[in-house]
Amino acid sequence: MDTIMLSRMQFASTTIFHFFFVPVTIGLSFIIAIMETMYVRSGNEEYKRMAKFWGKLFLVNFAIGVVTGILQEFQFGMNWSDYSRFVGDVFGAPLAVEALLAFFLESTFIGIWIFGWEKVSKKVHLLSIWFVAIGTTLSAFWILAANSFMQHPVGYTINNGRAEMNDFFALITNGQVLVEFPHTVLGAFATGAFLIIGISAIKLLRKQDVSFFQKSFKIAAIVGIISSIGVAFAGHWQAQYLVKTQPMKMAASEGLWGKSGDPAPWTVVANIDPVNKTSTHELKIPYALSFLSYSKFSGEVKGMNELQAEYEQKYGPGNYIPPVRTTFWSFRIMIVAGMAMIFITLWAVYLMWRKKFDQPNTGFMRICLSGLLLPPIANTAGWLMTEFGRQPWTVFGLMTTERSISPNITAGQVLFSLITFNGIYAALFIVLIYLFVKVIKKGPYTIEEDSHSTDPYNKKEGHHALT
Amino acid sequence: MLSLNELWFVLIAVLFVGFFFLEGFDFGVGMQSQLLPKDERQRRVMINSIGPFWDANEVWLITGAGAMFAAFPEWYATLFSGFYVPFVFALFGLILRGVAFEYRGKAQSGGWRKTWDLSILIGSFLPPFLLAIVFASFIKGLPIDGDMQMHAAFFGDIVNVYTVLAGLAVVLMCNIHGLLFTALRTFGELQERARKRARTLLLPTGVLLLAFVIMTYFQTDIFDVRGALLWAIVVLGLVAFLLAGYFSKKKRDGWAFGMTGAVLGLSVISVFVGLFPRVMVSSLGEAYNLTITNAASGHYSLKVMTIVALTMLPFVLGYQIWSYFIFHKRLSDKETLEY
Repeated sequence: MDTIMLSRMQFASTTIFHFFFVPVTIGLSFIIAIMETMYVRSGNEEYKRMAKFWGKLFLVNFAIGVVTGILQEFQFGMNWSDYSRFVGDVFGAPLAVEALLAFFLESTFIGIWIFGWEKVSKKVHLLSIWFVAIGTTLSAFWILAANSFMQHPVGYTINNGRAEMNDFFALITNGQVLVEFPHTVLGAFATGAFLIIGISAIKLLRKQDVSFFQKSFKIAAIVGIISSIGVAFAGHWQAQYLVKTQPMKMAASEGLWGKSGDPAPWTVVANIDPVNKTSTHELKIPYALSFLSYSKFSGEVKGMNELQAEYEQKYGPGNYIPPVRTTFWSFRIMIVAGMAMIFITLWAVYLMWRKKFDQPNTGFMRICLSGLLLPPIANTAGWLMTEFGRQPWTVFGLMTTERSISPNITAGQVLFSLITFNGIYAALFIVLIYLFVKVIKKGPYTIEEDSHSTDPYNKKEGHHALT
Repeated sequence: MLSLNELWFVLIAVLFVGFFFLEGFDFGVGMQSQLLPKDERQRRVMINSIGPFWDANEVWLITGAGAMFAAFPEWYATLFSGFYVPFVFALFGLILRGVAFEYRGKAQSGGWRKTWDLSILIGSFLPPFLLAIVFASFIKGLPIDGDMQMHAAFFGDIVNVYTVLAGLAVVLMCNIHGLLFTALRTFGELQERARKRARTLLLPTGVLLLAFVIMTYFQTDIFDVRGALLWAIVVLGLVAFLLAGYFSKKKRDGWAFGMTGAVLGLSVISVFVGLFPRVMVSSLGEAYNLTITNAASGHYSLKVMTIVALTMLPFVLGYQIWSYFIFHKRLSDKETLEY
């Protein structure tokens, strides 16, 4: 395999792996902050225990999120140096701001949160988890602002053969980031909520610590229903924006080769043949694509063949059609997973509302348990659609992926890093599952035993200040 | 008045000084936590002593790299693609280390702890060692061509006697710095052992550092370019080093810690002073050097970043200092050891 293929695999595996953990970090930090707020307001120790128990899982997850994040930052320069040279002026700024504004906040206050239970006041401790939550969200905003530039470049001019920023405000109010950010962050809230829902379901099925996990479940279900419905609305806005700015991605995610006709039907499933540029066995819902694209039941959507001809005129000869099958199916997998999430949380909230929740429904709990898989599937599929759908571009209309790689690295070097990092990912994943199972099995009421310790040091000296 | 390009060069230098000063001690604690303690309790105390800090310390590196990307994209691109393999190893170390701190205390079995302890050792050694190699080769020069592409041989251009010497010197300096930090945050037997070991390591480290300075004189042009200023930094470094020895003998751990930090900081400063106005020296000819002009982003971009950075920095420094204040007490026997 050549350097570019290997670099693509490296980018894909790093990003997908990183993005298993980031949404959990964002989502859980907010829910834990809510739990701790309830503790500080009510004084009820059970909420404190909740913050601590879910906090354990949060920290196990957070560690992997952080370390894979460093790799993310370095690989732009390592594998995609020509990309970095071309867009550094624009793309580098949000990354630097992310570090300065978000990472410092997050990493400092996570330290205070973990080690500060007995060292700072309740309110300061509560504030520190809120700062962590805000930090992770700010971080998402800046990285998505950078990503949005790749989807829909704004606020730049081309000068001396590279993109130079000329409007920072345009960059951070890019229409793309305004739809991408709510969609991604609400998805992250839902991810955190479904983790708590799923794990609580395991414990409720086994009738362990029932009151604790019912309370946790209820908090998560409320966050879950708001965010999973919100994510669908945000996704709808994003699709409309997509039709305007990246029509090829939209056409590919519909498997639409020719014109859609007016009104446009939405293809549910199809057998796509990218070689002969046809789709067969299509099952269609009338009007739905028009609605998805324009929020009304009329309007035509351009197909890939027409767009290909347009792009050739504009950008010169070449293949401007992304990997259609991946884009098409990723989109559908994301939607199905998202719908299932809405369904589960609606059901849960209905049970809570009818006060039927306290007699656990085994069948429903099993469904909740399988709900653990839904957010990672939806998150991954969403990113696959976004990033595959943009191909062959790294920066839409400006720079192709082929031109973006580092010219001075060898396939052997990339293969070496690919094996190294994927090896670590696999190991870390196993470790994570092991630790999750361990923490969950132990439950919330025995969790602190092994962190306290007795010790031989002289008591008096223990409180000496640092001099 | 500084130009924006100069200001960003200085800011990046500041970020790396901060990184080596701060993460320097937690790299040192990481390595020594595997070499110094005589039992599991002492090891846990050492690891927990950096618990609230190491993550934020690492962000200094991430911000440094981010600032390079934004302010000098050509520098970032040449550097990270040129040092591909060393960065794979450095990242390998940083990944292992980051999860090891969090995970080692999460299960009881001996094999589990040993695995993570080994990860802490490797993860605390590789990054400072490799970053020192990178910094040393900045001033020694690297084969960078007219397209700003670096085509370096791993052995020879990157790994050679000069750069390895730098790597070892920095690693040892981090060890001493970390031991003095341990002395600051513990008491009793562990504190005594840490002080003692810090003093034993001073002499060999001093010899390595001196050898490095002498080799720098002969192998690089930085003493020709910035003679007086560089000599001043070397003398200051020497004074700080000797004072570190003096204070540690007097058991003034705080002052000694400040001095070892100063030696690390001055080492980074000497590299940046020697480089200026270059950011990377090409061994193929002066015309191919990357400088704060030809490697930089445009004026607008630098201006925006300057406004953001100067607005944010006071807050960042404020809450970081505050977090050290929160955890300024020595680890007591009633301590909850999280890691």
